[in-house]
Amino acid sequence: MLKSLYQFFSSLKLTVACLVLGCVIVFWGTIAQVHLGLYKAQNEFFRSLFVYWTPSGSGFHVPIFPGGYFIGTVLLINLFVAHFRYYQPGKRKIGIMLIHLGVVLLLLGQMLTDYLSRESALHLRIGQTKNYSEAERAFELAVFDTTDKDSDKVVAIPCSLLVRRGEVNDPEIPFTVRVKTFYPNSLLVQQSQPGFEPVKTTAGFGSGIWWREEPRETEMNRMDMPSATVEIVAPKASLGTFLVSAWLDRPQSFTCSGRSFELLLRQERYYLPFSLHLIEFRHDKYPGTDIPKNFSSRVRLQNLENREDREVRIFMNNPLRYAGETFYQASFDPDDHGTVLQVVHNPSWLTPYLSCVLVATGLIIQFLSHLIPFLKRRLQ
Amino acid sequence: MERTDVRCYKSDKIMKKWIPLILVVVMAGWALSGLRQPPETGFHARDFGKLPVLMNGRFQPFDSVARNSLLQIRTKQTVPVEENGKTRTLTAMDWLLEVMMNPEVADDRKVFRIDNNEVTELLKLPDNQKYYSFNQLRPQMDEIEKQVSRIVSIESSKRTVFESQLMKLDEIMNLYQRLEISLKPPGSDDFAAELDAYQKSIPSGIAAVNAREAGQKFDQDAFNTLLGFMGNYNTVASFALPLTIPPTDPSLPRDDWQNIGTNLMQTARSGELNPAVKFYAEMVTAYRSDQPADFNQAVAGYRFWLVGRFTPQLRKADREFFFSTLEPFYKATVIYVLALVLALFSWFGGGGATDKAPTFNVSDLLRRSAFYLIMLAWIIHTFGLVFRMYLEGRPPVTNLYSSAIFIGWGAVILGMVLEKIYRDGIGCVVAGSAGFVTLIIAHNLALSGDTMEMMRAVLDTNFWLATHVVAVTLGYASTFVAGFLAIIYILRGVFTTTLTAETAKSLARMVYGIVCFATLFSFVGTVLGGIWADQSWGRFWGWDPKENGALLIVLWNATILHARWGGLVRERGLMNLAIIGNIVTSFSWFGVNMLGIGLHSYGFMDAAFKWLMLFIGSQAAIILLGLLPQKLWRSFQPRTTA
Repeated sequence: MLKSLYQFFSSLKLTVACLVLGCVIVFWGTIAQVHLGLYKAQNEFFRSLFVYWTPSGSGFHVPIFPGGYFIGTVLLINLFVAHFRYYQPGKRKIGIMLIHLGVVLLLLGQMLTDYLSRESALHLRIGQTKNYSEAERAFELAVFDTTDKDSDKVVAIPCSLLVRRGEVNDPEIPFTVRVKTFYPNSLLVQQSQPGFEPVKTTAGFGSGIWWREEPRETEMNRMDMPSATVEIVAPKASLGTFLVSAWLDRPQSFTCSGRSFELLLRQERYYLPFSLHLIEFRHDKYPGTDIPKNFSSRVRLQNLENREDREVRIFMNNPLRYAGETFYQASFDPDDHGTVLQVVHNPSWLTPYLSCVLVATGLIIQFLSHLIPFLKRRLQ
Repeated sequence: MERTDVRCYKSDKIMKKWIPLILVVVMAGWALSGLRQPPETGFHARDFGKLPVLMNGRFQPFDSVARNSLLQIRTKQTVPVEENGKTRTLTAMDWLLEVMMNPEVADDRKVFRIDNNEVTELLKLPDNQKYYSFNQLRPQMDEIEKQVSRIVSIESSKRTVFESQLMKLDEIMNLYQRLEISLKPPGSDDFAAELDAYQKSIPSGIAAVNAREAGQKFDQDAFNTLLGFMGNYNTVASFALPLTIPPTDPSLPRDDWQNIGTNLMQTARSGELNPAVKFYAEMVTAYRSDQPADFNQAVAGYRFWLVGRFTPQLRKADREFFFSTLEPFYKATVIYVLALVLALFSWFGGGGATDKAPTFNVSDLLRRSAFYLIMLAWIIHTFGLVFRMYLEGRPPVTNLYSSAIFIGWGAVILGMVLEKIYRDGIGCVVAGSAGFVTLIIAHNLALSGDTMEMMRAVLDTNFWLATHVVAVTLGYASTFVAGFLAIIYILRGVFTTTLTAETAKSLARMVYGIVCFATLFSFVGTVLGGIWADQSWGRFWGWDPKENGALLIVLWNATILHARWGGLVRERGLMNLAIIGNIVTSFSWFGVNMLGIGLHSYGFMDAAFKWLMLFIGSQAAIILLGLLPQKLWRSFQPRTTA
């Protein structure tokens, strides 16, 4: 039993089967992007163990095909076991060893990237300084304690907690946040329209607003706009139900136990141990055309910890790598007075570079070790 | 007896040596014939065509503007004209001169190509024509505008064939109308005289404008005259396409050119006409009054004025003009076809390459001729490729068009190497067809406009273009070569008796070797692409269609190699897998662009989609042939001994 399992996992047939399944899933996942959008197709086909089929009108999910993670994992096991089984010391197999080592590194590196990397955006207007970036898709409910005007104490409740619709407590705040309704994506209107319901609130901006739950966004360039109603429950009494929404950009205030607070549903923030200040943004075009020639942001980087203070130019294909984060020129404001930097935190970013070198070297060794003897024979 | 044999052998040797050489010399002479042009009579359109302008963000000769525009509008580089029962051919430059200087005549030329019946029906055009004149389309402009205003809001990938064809028509009509006013304001007859009047009206006109603004009494006539001119020039400023007028102020950047309208508007402030405007006006007036000598003199005068002031731009335009007149890719295509035909015949000419008998060997002669011709074509191909790189200052592949040229170039090298090693004509057939087919594809890709357009900001990096793009493209080329060898194996095996066991074995070896080569390049190219993505937006892999396409090639080549090592496939299976490689490669080269998502979308894709489907269908059919039981193949049959 064990032996046949060992043989199964080390067989070349399994390799071929995995590669063919890999081709199918990549092709299928690419075609599926037309309807699902890049983001959703990516999650359903590549970052999943199985591809599920949901018969229309039912709640079942039937696994019908192995997903990217499944195929990748089997391929990795196959590689390890096969090397263990067929390993021969000596120069003859060095090419193959290098190639496979590189592939393993690439696959592991990408799986690590999927779990460890974090992408966010940093929007700066000219003259603005920020020490945080914002998540592109994740929101948080920020509760500001504004009692003391000089400090800005914030308790941030991520949307992943709001989704559960339960109660949230935090030692920093003297009340409980009770989530009554939560729509991961929503639309708000200011007058009654078919399909919309009035928002049931007792405090804040909610009265006179109608809302509707929307299907989740699948396009890469659009995002969900969540909304929720939350009740603020103080130890003695309820302070009212508020509407919080990604559509509302002004905070709502209330007082509790003699302290004043503000509520705001905003994009999740990641704080940086340094700050960036936008000095200049350039958007050059080729003469007589609208073809962009260059986008570049001149920023001032200030790190209070080590008193670093310098100017950096970030432009296309030339990111700033600093303190484990990488800043890329990603977008800009329509009036050319602001820039959007993509901020990526990816501890395994170097793996593809290494893997590329390993595989390329291996392939060249392998290739030449066959070609040279062949040519010698042929040309004799 | 013996002596004649020796003499025969000698003359055979001479023929073997000289016939291929003569062929090469003749074809080379033809290819270079573009260098010597007969002197021009009448209007010197060629001299005019060498004048530099700034369009699509780059300096180019007027000749290129003419060729690219006519290709977009008419899908050809010439216009046949019926005059007094005789057919005369206008070159692209002749046509553009007419459009810019004598639009009244140009409007009657049948240049707008419309292929879609629904479009011709909508516009009430006769449907027995392929090309229509602007005057035929003019009455329908309101209808077109009405339709376009609706279609604009539809995503381009979701448009019907009718909708995208109508948009295309609107686009080329727009281009045409903008060209019409690029050198001469609308309605102007004697432009040179008009300019004189304009210049004279400026001082009094400006005085009137100033007086009016200050609330004083002003000369109404002078005011109206100047405003009349300015109104007309304003239209030109907004719509004229190429930037034709260089800056006279030496402190301005050298690429700060203007279109003629903008420049004339500025003249109102400075009071001085730009010399370039004067030269162009003289040309327009001479052209309209049919005075070739005056026209030619103005062209020469302007050129003389540019020398010293804009020498680099003048040189750049000259070089590009030279490149276009030489038409290296067209010449290479023809020679590849000739070589392909010779190589194919060599398989049936009797006697293999291994046949060393001193009898006259037609097959070998054909094969050798094919090989030399392919070398010639490849040299011309290389010249074209390198000259383009020189003109653009870029690595070889910058867009879909140049990828076709480069894939062909790489595949031809592989074919030549195979021929050098195996000497059995197979390499020649591969090289000939690869060169021919890819250059035809490139020609069709050129129909969508300027093929040397400027690189958008993300792509503006010679390092990645030179590494990632070149590696991936070589991966495409070699996967195609492997697939093509497999096609030769199956077609020769099924339909002819020429596939001997030995040939079959060497084909299998070739396919295997080339697949290894393809794996190397496609893997390295794909990973480099990921690294580029990591450099430019921090995501090594985003599952974007183009990335997936490249990954598919890597996975498929790896599948072929592992299936072969595991003994899952033998000779025939290897061939069939390699042909699937063709389908995979065509999908990632063109198919992913047609999905209508991602950054990559191209206008001509409707027609291309049909061709892609045909190609995939043909490959599937060949695979089916390859699956036929061996006893149905004409080759590999046991020989019945007499």
